[in-house]
Amino acid sequence: MDSPDDFADGAPAGRDGPAAPTVRRTSSAFGAPGADSTVRRHDLNDVFIRHQDATFLMRAAGDDMRGAGIADGDTLLVDRALTAGHGSVIIAVIEGELRCRRLERAGAGRGRRATLRLVADEPVAPIEITDDAPLEVWGVVTTVIKSLLQGANRP
Amino acid sequence: MYALIDGNNFYVSCERVFAPRLVGRPVVVLSSNDGACIARSNEAKDLGVKMAQPWFQVRHLEKTAGLVAVSANHELYGDMSARMMAIEARYAPRQEVYSIDESFLDFDGVRDDLVATGRHMRATILKETGLPTSVGFGATKTLAKLANNIAKTADRAPGSYPAQLAQVCDFGRLARGELEALFAATDVGAVWGVGRKTTARLKAGGVHTVLDLMRADVTTLRRQFSVVLEKTLRELHGTSCMALDDAPPTRQQILVSRSFGTPITHVDGILEAVSEFASRAAERLRQQGSVAGAIGVYFMTSPFRTNDRQHSANVTVPLPRPTGDTAVLMRAAEMAVRTQFRAGFRYAKAGAILSDIQGIGHEQGELDLFAAAAEAAPPAPVPADPRARLMTAMDALNNRFGRDSVRLGSTAVATNGAEIAVWATRQERRSPRYTTRWDEMPVVRA
Repeated sequence: MDSPDDFADGAPAGRDGPAAPTVRRTSSAFGAPGADSTVRRHDLNDVFIRHQDATFLMRAAGDDMRGAGIADGDTLLVDRALTAGHGSVIIAVIEGELRCRRLERAGAGRGRRATLRLVADEPVAPIEITDDAPLEVWGVVTTVIKSLLQGANRP
Repeated sequence: MYALIDGNNFYVSCERVFAPRLVGRPVVVLSSNDGACIARSNEAKDLGVKMAQPWFQVRHLEKTAGLVAVSANHELYGDMSARMMAIEARYAPRQEVYSIDESFLDFDGVRDDLVATGRHMRATILKETGLPTSVGFGATKTLAKLANNIAKTADRAPGSYPAQLAQVCDFGRLARGELEALFAATDVGAVWGVGRKTTARLKAGGVHTVLDLMRADVTTLRRQFSVVLEKTLRELHGTSCMALDDAPPTRQQILVSRSFGTPITHVDGILEAVSEFASRAAERLRQQGSVAGAIGVYFMTSPFRTNDRQHSANVTVPLPRPTGDTAVLMRAAEMAVRTQFRAGFRYAKAGAILSDIQGIGHEQGELDLFAAAAEAAPPAPVPADPRARLMTAMDALNNRFGRDSVRLGSTAVATNGAEIAVWATRQERRSPRYTTRWDEMPVVRA
């Protein structure tokens, strides 16, 4: 085994090229299961993208959001159709720039207005949402894709 | 009732979704060779930048007024368009995608409060895609388009129309007197299908506003203009003459032209450009199911470069028989260039014009540009003529996989002239193709 690629397509390594695909003509009283069009293989798009017209992919740069499971280089699925609430990890527009942060609502009660803030891991200072700098939510991060592959194999 | 929804300053808005720092700044999108402004933000319009104005004329505004110019990013605009159209399609049983940023919806039989529906649709598109739109409702497609124009103008220029018509305007809700006041305040050139030349002729005859046009005598108009204008008039009066998916009035000529980022001095450069334009014009011709009886070619030096020697060539080649065949049209265009080209000039602009355009019935397939977006779209009819089938297949591939996936040999010639590469690839300011290329997705600080 020279590289992880040898197993990439599930074929045993060291043969003269890939095995030619053979057409299976299985005759069976039960019919050919693969031909049933109502059966669908797992599709990650179906599972993770609830609003396909409103979902965008983004690349995380930086390690301030490790607490949310997001590391440098991860791929984020961002859904604009969702409404952000307390605890949502969101893409916010901060000073004209896209930034990933967790939205928190704090301090409500006893006649005090609840305040919103955008937080990241310690020691990054939270950003307080004020009337002068209102919250601008670009979208809600729904999913983090981490590739465990290295180097050129990484998508 | 019909609705017409279109994106406000669509290309600029697409750029702003992924580059929020551009919001509030004057922004222009440059044509694919970075030669001219093909889209402008409201701030850029306020600076006086005109549609299709050459970039070098406004370039100084970069330093003096903070103008930002980006190269056209058609892949991005195409994907954002598909998202926008899909959202719009949720609101009505039938949709006609009319252009990259415009679609008609048929609300026939829908009894909801259309203004509320329009506002909901507008808000949903803005939330899900980040794109601002304008919505117009009218009893005919022409009225819907006019209502859209008023919705957009009322939003952009407060005071131009009543403020409650901004963003969403429903003619069906207005009383006759209110409508007439709107039509009296609207230039006749704003009407769909009334082009620049017709506008000038109408005005010379005393018809200045939409209301003037509506009060004009139908028989006189038909005599002086065309049946197309008569149809427009009937539509303005509320009689629907164009159903959804009815092709818009066939274009009398199809023009594809462009200014060059860098002047071209060699004949190969002009040949390359003109072949390309002829090929694109032919594609549009086939999209509307027509053939052309003649192709015109022009190329000229820049009158703005006063130090340059000036030359302008313009020639029309009649074709043996009307055709929509790219190869035939390109050969004629090339011949025209070779007879007219003169060395020693710095050519700044060129174009190809198809004229004597006529319909061909159903001999040739008309293509549905957005078949993927409109799920139930029937497949394009397959023409019998093998040559026409080649053209149909070529158009379908280019529509599906992006422009220039497939080209005829002579448009793709590898050439020795370096300036041709300059012409073809100059797109220095293009933003990343955020939504269609894996390695160009937006980067977010986390």
